[in-house]
Amino acid sequence: MIRGAFGPFTAWVTVHPIASFVVFFAIFPFIAPYQALATQVLIFGLFALGFNLLYGYTGLLSFGHAAYYGLGAYGAGLALAKLKVTSLWLALGIGLGAAVVGGALVGFFCLRRRGIYFAMLTLAFAQMLYFIAFHAADLTGGDDGLRGIPLLPLSLFGVSVSLRHPLAFYYFAYVLVVLAVAGLKRILDSPFGAVLRAIRENSDRAVACGYDINRVKLLSFVFSALFTGLAGALDALRLTVVPVESLYWSTSGQVVIMTLLGGAGTFFGPFVGAATYLVLADRLSLFIEAWPLVIGVIFMVFVLFLPRGIWGTLTSRGIGS
Amino acid sequence: MHRRGFLTTTTAGVTLLAFPAVLRAQSKEPIRIGFPLPLTGTFAAIAADLQKGAQLAVEEINAKGGVMGRKLEVLFRDDELKPAVGAQRTKELIENQKVDFVVGGLAAHVQMAINEQTKAAKKLYISVSQSDEISAKPDTSPLTFHEALNPTITSRAMATYGMQNIGKKWWVVYADYAWGKQNNVVFNAAIAKLGGTVLGSTPYPLGKPEFSAHLPKIQAAKPDAIYAVTPGADNVPFLKQAISFGLKKDAKIAQPLHFLYYTKEGGAEVFQDIYGATHFCHELAETLPQAKRYVEAFTKRFNQPPDAYSGYGFNGIHEVARGVELAKSTDSDAVANALRKNREYDHYKGKQWWRACDNKSFQDLWIIRVRSPQQVKGEWGLFDVIGKVAANEELDRTCAEKGHA
Amino acid sequence: MFDVPLSALVAQVFTGLVLGGILVLMAIGLSLIFGLMTVVNFAHGAFYMLGAYVAFSLLGLTKSFWATLVLAPLVVGTLGLLVERLLIRRLYGRSPDDPLLLTFGLSLAMVEGVKLLWGKIGLTVDPPKQLSSAVDLGFMNFPVYRLFVIAVTAAALVALWLFLEKTNVGLIIRAGSRDALMVRALGLDLNRIWLLVFGIGIGMAGLAGVLAGPMRGVYAEMGVEIIIECFVVVVVGGMGSLAGAIVAGLLMGEIVSLTTFFAPKLAEIVVFVVMAVVLLVRPSGLFGEAGLAE
Repeated sequence: MIRGAFGPFTAWVTVHPIASFVVFFAIFPFIAPYQALATQVLIFGLFALGFNLLYGYTGLLSFGHAAYYGLGAYGAGLALAKLKVTSLWLALGIGLGAAVVGGALVGFFCLRRRGIYFAMLTLAFAQMLYFIAFHAADLTGGDDGLRGIPLLPLSLFGVSVSLRHPLAFYYFAYVLVVLAVAGLKRILDSPFGAVLRAIRENSDRAVACGYDINRVKLLSFVFSALFTGLAGALDALRLTVVPVESLYWSTSGQVVIMTLLGGAGTFFGPFVGAATYLVLADRLSLFIEAWPLVIGVIFMVFVLFLPRGIWGTLTSRGIGS
Repeated sequence: MHRRGFLTTTTAGVTLLAFPAVLRAQSKEPIRIGFPLPLTGTFAAIAADLQKGAQLAVEEINAKGGVMGRKLEVLFRDDELKPAVGAQRTKELIENQKVDFVVGGLAAHVQMAINEQTKAAKKLYISVSQSDEISAKPDTSPLTFHEALNPTITSRAMATYGMQNIGKKWWVVYADYAWGKQNNVVFNAAIAKLGGTVLGSTPYPLGKPEFSAHLPKIQAAKPDAIYAVTPGADNVPFLKQAISFGLKKDAKIAQPLHFLYYTKEGGAEVFQDIYGATHFCHELAETLPQAKRYVEAFTKRFNQPPDAYSGYGFNGIHEVARGVELAKSTDSDAVANALRKNREYDHYKGKQWWRACDNKSFQDLWIIRVRSPQQVKGEWGLFDVIGKVAANEELDRTCAEKGHA
Repeated sequence: MFDVPLSALVAQVFTGLVLGGILVLMAIGLSLIFGLMTVVNFAHGAFYMLGAYVAFSLLGLTKSFWATLVLAPLVVGTLGLLVERLLIRRLYGRSPDDPLLLTFGLSLAMVEGVKLLWGKIGLTVDPPKQLSSAVDLGFMNFPVYRLFVIAVTAAALVALWLFLEKTNVGLIIRAGSRDALMVRALGLDLNRIWLLVFGIGIGMAGLAGVLAGPMRGVYAEMGVEIIIECFVVVVVGGMGSLAGAIVAGLLMGEIVSLTTFFAPKLAEIVVFVVMAVVLLVRPSGLFGEAGLAE
């Protein structure tokens, strides 16, 4: 019924994912309650996208994705605040690099195990990073967070563009996220993407078909860390502060919620979930003091009746039952 | 139980006073103040107190006609005790609600994040959170004002009072995070400077109040007193364990801060004879006329007495109003300069002033001790005010130490 | 560092038993529920918290700590039965992540709900007078209440063991956690068993909360802080293994306790390091069986 009403819309979006994304998010800051929220949705959508690559498409549930978000954030933040790099692009690059290296290392260790043990190992490594960030206060600011991150102007083809205005920052993030989304589409449409899905469906059979699934899983982990790290780096620039909670398990939990709310294993699920969760949390907290109660109940309702998430239900796809 | 205006506060009963024509010609738009604070989370009770103080200030100011003929409007937002949320809410307040000023933040790490947003947007921010860094370089700015006490002031004051009145040999137990560590460092230095000894300092992980193994060691060292930097939910467990180990009989116990609601809930039996510092308690109404006025107005409005943090909220709003009146403008730079030029203020408990170099508020603080159950007066009279530490810039780091030239 | 007085060391070992005891009560419930139902109960910490709050209220009502000790876990366990029957049961046969998500949402709602019902300030629960003193062990004082916690934990474990080993229902539960399919094939009504197991697991979490209240205070966030440690314990012990939950719980309790004493800065991270090491060496935890959690 609802699905029917949305049918043509979701059909078009599914067939033209990149175009839909480009158009929708180009106008999103004007639909959203305010621009800073739109940017937050964009960045957390990217975070969830990274997580979804590993969970929704490869079938590996990670409880420690905050690690790569945090590495991206601290990488970019430290580059600007402590190393005093003068190029925003370089800072982003350092953040991405940190996330990718972290992903490769953690993935290497954690992928030796499966299921809930894999998930708990990812959590363990994320908590270790949190612990290091918490206690290396001279470097990271400790539990007060990393402050003093200058939002340098962007040097674009020789022109210096200030990102101070919320809209300017939004479109800067927008371009990068569009590139990331297009990149994800390439990955998913490639033979590599097919192997990912094969692993998700039945990894034993994938092995039997002769695929080196360990290498594929690790690669998926690293790509996932890359997207997630970009989100973290962008967030460090957005807030000009990196709170140590960026590495805490609650941040990992948030992105799991967003992905599942939107629809795991679907292309747009992560963004739909991020938008829903963030806008709800933002608006609800204005009216109801006990808003976490409402979110918790809404969440339970979703799990009970809309297991494929919002987008998954609308498009009848995704990996929910 | 009163109904709390959650989001904005405007008074009922607007009175039209005779304003000069020039003011009437100005915009009638309200002056908006954003107020992020942790309405959910472990410090929700303190935040509620903070909020009430702010609400009272707004209502009082608006009842007198507002500021420059414009009403004040305060928009409270839940920062959930998380820096990222605090930052986001501040962005919403600035960008969406177009607030002119920001007051708030309860936890040190959250206020840092709030401060980053107000600095970027060039809005005046009055922080009401305990922190040493907020008024120092590189976090501070000409638009960053710090109303609350900080660990340096608090622990130096407690050390001074402690050496004179409690004992010369101390042991420190502190939570291993920024606020705890700062208090420990400052206290150690202050005691040493005054000729006392800190026999030992025991860190413990915040949120894990297990002291059974440490207490025998502390007992064996026989300190005169213990300085317990055990905030939030760790406070009562520490005291209970100290009691059950018999430590409270052997040594006095002091802590940096006391909170009325937590003390009442924990009970005078657990808290009795514990020393603490505070910048305000309602018992001051007995000796200070401004405090009396404040306590009466607060109690009448909210059916309970104010605790310490309500004063920060009260002051924050009043200082914004005062600054706007002085500057005749809502431009943050103008208001900040006006406050620096007219540094002194006294809204509820005595003279306070802003220090010019770091926009730090200096105010009187008091040493209080919790009464025994038999001595508690009525429902809320838990604190005995036993000493005063007058406002004094020596208690904080110097401008140079904070990085200001 | 090693000129540590014996008294402090012994005190810390005993504290470790107390910590471990609480963790064991929680981990057993989690492990039972996972082992039998493959449900990862994220709300376990919330039920622990609820146990402490219910104890506060029952103590006010009955004025008897002993009555509260018995009744509060029963109340919480009954709530657990309701949750299983009304909410979790609908998720069987679906993706194994669904119960995890549902219980996560439930935990959010419960933490907030508790604040609505009992207020935002942390509450105080006092142990009864008989247990409030410290016992003089010659070289030091140790609080009687903590010894009491160790005793109650031991008693609860013995009771559980008797139930599982000596009753028919216990037999079915043990069989079901080894091989649920076979048990169903034998025609037994697993639904009722699962209901009971969930209730027992939740009741044990509630008991842990009742015991912890007088030591730690009663506040809404207390469950959030302990839930991750519980998961670590269960995983280290081996998901679904009760022996594992006991061994790992006590082990973790001791490790945290001793680390807090010798190297306090490491106390928060040591559980994760231990878990990582254990999992990399023994893939399914100390006592776990391969294939159970995948």
